[in-house]
Amino acid sequence: MKTGARTLIEALQREGVDTIFGYPGGVVLPIYDELYDSSIRHILVRHEQAAAHAADGYARASGRVGVCLATSGPGACNLVTGIATAYMDSIPIVALTGQVPTALLGNDAFQESDITGITMPITKHNYLVKNAADIDRVVKEAFYIAGTGRPGPVLIDLPKDVSTGEVDEASSPPAAISLRGYQPTYEGHVRQIDKALDLIAEAERPLVYAGGGVILSGASAELREFIETAAIPVTTTLMGLGAIPGDHPLNLGMLGMHGTAAANFAVTECDLLVAIGVRFDDRVTGKIEAFAPNARIIHIDIDPAEIGKNKKVDLPIVGDVGRVLRAMLARMKKRGDTANWVNRTGTWKAQFPPAYRDDDRLRPQYIIQQLSDLMKGEGIVVSEVGQNQMWTALYYCFRKPRSWITSGGLGTMGYGFPAAIGAHFARPGETVVDVAGDGSFQMNIQELATVAHNNIPVKVVILNNMYLGMVRQWQELFYERRYAYTELSPVDFVKVANAYGVEGMRVEEKADVRGALETALSHDGPFVLDFRIEREENVFPMVPAGAAINEMIGVRNP
Amino acid sequence: MTSHTLSVLVENRAGVLSRVAGMFSRRGFNIESLAVGTCEEPGMSRITIVVNGDDAVVEQVMKQTNKIIDVIKVSDLTEHESVERELALIKVAAETGAARAEIMQIANIFRAQIVDVGTRTLVLQVAGDTDKIEALEKLLRQYGIKELVRTGKVALLRGSKTVKTSK
Repeated sequence: MKTGARTLIEALQREGVDTIFGYPGGVVLPIYDELYDSSIRHILVRHEQAAAHAADGYARASGRVGVCLATSGPGACNLVTGIATAYMDSIPIVALTGQVPTALLGNDAFQESDITGITMPITKHNYLVKNAADIDRVVKEAFYIAGTGRPGPVLIDLPKDVSTGEVDEASSPPAAISLRGYQPTYEGHVRQIDKALDLIAEAERPLVYAGGGVILSGASAELREFIETAAIPVTTTLMGLGAIPGDHPLNLGMLGMHGTAAANFAVTECDLLVAIGVRFDDRVTGKIEAFAPNARIIHIDIDPAEIGKNKKVDLPIVGDVGRVLRAMLARMKKRGDTANWVNRTGTWKAQFPPAYRDDDRLRPQYIIQQLSDLMKGEGIVVSEVGQNQMWTALYYCFRKPRSWITSGGLGTMGYGFPAAIGAHFARPGETVVDVAGDGSFQMNIQELATVAHNNIPVKVVILNNMYLGMVRQWQELFYERRYAYTELSPVDFVKVANAYGVEGMRVEEKADVRGALETALSHDGPFVLDFRIEREENVFPMVPAGAAINEMIGVRNP
Repeated sequence: MTSHTLSVLVENRAGVLSRVAGMFSRRGFNIESLAVGTCEEPGMSRITIVVNGDDAVVEQVMKQTNKIIDVIKVSDLTEHESVERELALIKVAAETGAARAEIMQIANIFRAQIVDVGTRTLVLQVAGDTDKIEALEKLLRQYGIKELVRTGKVALLRGSKTVKTSK
């Protein structure tokens, strides 16, 4: 006989798990004891939220399922924000939580919380395992559900007596997974594909609107071939950055609230919108009735529930984005004449690039441009949430899928730093940079201990304006500059980093930016750069809440 | 806005009703009536849900319900000929012999059964569609309804068609 905990570790190994981000506690002691001398690497974070974000960063960087582990009650509850973050962006993670013994379930036992109940609306599926004999099957199903179809987080709750329970040594997981309620559609309907190709051939002003689904499907090459073959300009969502190289002539950049003028104008004027792996989020569409008002809409997505959820579409194709694009390429007979339109969108792009006052002040956009220049599209850039995230989206040139990791849907401050740790373990040897604000960084600043302890060479670029910058921007623009509780006290981040055993440098002059970035990037270990930027710099363009996306503030000629 | 009767075939597992009901409330879909019980397939249950909404809303309801892993199949019975029934138990005051006689007559007309006779009350059991139950309730109100309980609606397709597995 073997224990449930041993069975769990073996099941994880069978799924190819090499790294777990976690934090021990009472009811997971049996699992930690088995983990101690297993081949799986365990990274001790300093707050369970960071474990969930690290698993998520690992998943986004690798395309594989990320795994985190926490104890019952407070440990499990601390995972919640991380699980919700993964859920909103369709990221495959498996969260393992300890639970009080089954005999105590429902009795308000010490460190008991109903984590399957709590996470029901933020997981793709979850399990409360009541018999050790079920562990093999549940783990196999959990990884399958997390990683297939539209990916998402799955939680497995393991009561202590299940971990210590006995399982037959010879037991093995079921050979096949049988989930009669879960059968994702991968192949697009051929007749729908042909109809879509007809619409594309007829269109005079077609536009591709591509999102995170392209990255998740691993369909960047297919997307590129598709837009080049059909000669269609493309705009990507925040989650789709990197799906098409940022400097591709047909790429108009990001659309939406902080999208480029070219992208937002193109959406408004196009006569056919080909939406690929997207969900018509409100930050993308602005006023939904005025979104793509002149266009027929084709929507390709693996999740049928996304079709028509926010915007009525003319032609849905349910399936895996990569497979649908391959089928479209194979069946494409003729292409429309889009030369004038491509020209026109190209003119917008040249006329209205994202722009800022490039004077001698230390401005965040300049820092991002210098970082982009030094990284040359290699490595991974992670962001926190807010102005730092939008400046990175607008001024960094992403050239590859999975080179950009950010919390898009939930907009979780404090996500970036732990996600960067996860990304490092997914792709060791590659440079990982977390672009942060001083507000966001302080939400998981304790992870400096994790990077110091394990010498994880993550570089943190803090765009420090001593404000909750994005909220302050809204207060400036829409609340008469009444900065209600958005001013932060100055923090000496270099000293904080040093206290944890991490090196750092403060930068106050524009002239020092490049040198400082070079120092950090070439440093053999974690590094914190504290850039004291212009305090009231804003992110432009900006579409005010409730406006149509072609009604932008801050679009100006360079 | 019309009422739609959805037949939802689910895995008979702990928490499945909570998953379905939770999704409805989270996404702001209104449940008018809900009934759940085991069905002809071992290991499965059938939930009958009545929702109110326009076609786009009902389509979203069905798709979101279908996404729940423990949900095996969702069908809108409103699109087809179906038999829809609910059941009510009504405890009505019957203080006098005359009232008692009248109530029994009404029960007879509605094909309701008297399932309990007390010294001062009768309990009627009636099954039928929503209109029938509401009509009976209206008629009995003059005698004084002490207590009333209704099940959610259950429904089946007419003829040999069935709502079976394979999503």
